[in-house]
Amino acid sequence: MTDATSAPPKPASQARAIWQQFRTHKGALFGLIVLTILALAALLGPFLWVPEKLNVAQAIKLKNQSMSLRFPLGTDQLGRDMLSRMMLAGRISLAVGFVAMIIAIVFGTFIGVLAGYYKRLDGPLMRLTDMFLALPLVPLLLVLVMLFRDRIASLIGPEMGAFALIVFAIGITSWMQAARIVRGEVLALKEREFVLAARSIGSAPRRIILRHILPNVVSPVMVAATLGIAEAIITESVLSFLGLGFPPDFPTWGRLLYDGLAYMQIYPERVIWPGLAISLTVLSVNYIGDGVRDALDPRIRGR
Amino acid sequence: MLTFTLRRLLLAIPTLLIISLVIFLLVDLAPGSPLGEIPLTVPPDVRAKMIKALGADQPVFVRYFLWLRQFFWVEPATLFDSYFGTQLAGDEQRILSWQSRSPVFSVIGERLPQTMTVIGTAYLVGILIALPIGIYSAYRQYSWFDQFGTMFAMIGFSVPTFFSGTLLIIIFSVWLGWFPTKYDTTLSVTDWASFVKQVKQMALPVMTLGLANAAAISRYMRSSMLENMGQDYVRTARAKGMSERKVVLKHVLRNSLIPVVTVIALGIPAIFGGAIITENLFGVNGIGAALIGAIHVNDIPMVQTLAFIFAILIVAFNLIADVLYGFLDPRIRYD
Repeated sequence: MTDATSAPPKPASQARAIWQQFRTHKGALFGLIVLTILALAALLGPFLWVPEKLNVAQAIKLKNQSMSLRFPLGTDQLGRDMLSRMMLAGRISLAVGFVAMIIAIVFGTFIGVLAGYYKRLDGPLMRLTDMFLALPLVPLLLVLVMLFRDRIASLIGPEMGAFALIVFAIGITSWMQAARIVRGEVLALKEREFVLAARSIGSAPRRIILRHILPNVVSPVMVAATLGIAEAIITESVLSFLGLGFPPDFPTWGRLLYDGLAYMQIYPERVIWPGLAISLTVLSVNYIGDGVRDALDPRIRGR
Repeated sequence: MLTFTLRRLLLAIPTLLIISLVIFLLVDLAPGSPLGEIPLTVPPDVRAKMIKALGADQPVFVRYFLWLRQFFWVEPATLFDSYFGTQLAGDEQRILSWQSRSPVFSVIGERLPQTMTVIGTAYLVGILIALPIGIYSAYRQYSWFDQFGTMFAMIGFSVPTFFSGTLLIIIFSVWLGWFPTKYDTTLSVTDWASFVKQVKQMALPVMTLGLANAAAISRYMRSSMLENMGQDYVRTARAKGMSERKVVLKHVLRNSLIPVVTVIALGIPAIFGGAIITENLFGVNGIGAALIGAIHVNDIPMVQTLAFIFAILIVAFNLIADVLYGFLDPRIRYD
């Protein structure tokens, strides 16, 4: 960096440098746009598009409508407006993805930092991680939901109960990747000079971890987090698809797809819309993950 | 190598024991057990008899050890007896399913062939599609074929099987009418016509799962090929004047297959258990369908046994993948 004239213009900040690198990844940009549109539709859509209030007789008359101006995505077998159901379902599906990912990442990072930093805990915690990796997850998730659904529903209501149970179950069964990644990073960081310096001036382990180690594991955790959202959304729709997800009047995209299956032969669009929404979300999240990985990698950035 | 394998085998025993305990306790202590669902109109003494008949009146640890003994001793002994006509198992109690009152392992024996034909074929098809795509994508990196392969893999990752399967049903059986929507488990292949029928009904589930598997494996193949293409030995081979075909398909491919083979081995447990959705969607009466059915009717012994078998398979194939890796790549030394 002695030859200042030939160096590329220096970005104002690290965040801007990361953003500039992210922008060069076409797929990631496309993913970000699609995900933003989907998220906005799910968040703001229900305020903008309020389906008309129908009484039961009207609704039965208007069941199984195809696409029209009155019902942009048609109506379902009970005369409910599909567009508003899709948007409400999107809220829940996306919320499940985010919350489950946050649980998994927080737990995984916690385990990973403990295992990486404290040598005594490394063995037992990694055995625990291996054990979780060997568990057959989908069957166990199904069993968990099946067995605990009624009990939790009676405690905090069927909707919040289903949400809490599914989010917790997905989170608790998908933290292992994050834990492994973080442990690896911490093991390497622990030997670096700045950690030694921090320790030599008498910083407590808690402070070293929070101030010096955690900020440095943010980028691999971010990548794991984006991919975790995709994984969680798919898992939730699998549960809903097998009939073990949310209750029917509390739609998610997976639940809508499951409900549409019975009418697949006559009204295929009822399966296609929610399926397309799930696939697009997961596709864009995966592309964003790719872009974030490239953008946060200093070896790629700035080349 | 041998010591490594032995050490891993020994380590697998406590892991599996803990997993079995977790599975047993989770399923057994959960609040929604069938014992709580006996109608209240049933008189208490009848209720006690029902619980006793299911063997559920014993303390939980007694049942756990009984189940372990049945799993690891009685069932293998029964299998041994049926092959060699010995009397090892005597008339000891086998693990009984609560829904059908028949041994869980005979249910598994009935279901396994269905799963193996459909899901196994799908895995094979997936591998056969993935390898050429991966090889050619890496050979012509950033060509239109590679871009297309990347797209294909990304979509294969992202579209969940329950949606791709549904789409295939809508396109190929509802619109085009080429294939049946449901898999007929009672069909037995005796002549050409029934064989064609079998192929037709296998087409959609195999396509669904095959595409999903191909997406993942082709990515591994591509990156592994790319890693090897830049190596010195490739340049040497080319400098010697070897034909391009020989360089790529012999030298590079052989070295690149090493990690891919282990990835393929790691995916095998999923053949037995992970295809719950596909089996459910197409009505294949396999292991996954058995598990779902058992979960829905609270058939605790069946769920415990199946889940534990899946866990054993995962642990076993992890071990096999590690050993295979060391065996195929002489540079890897574990000890």
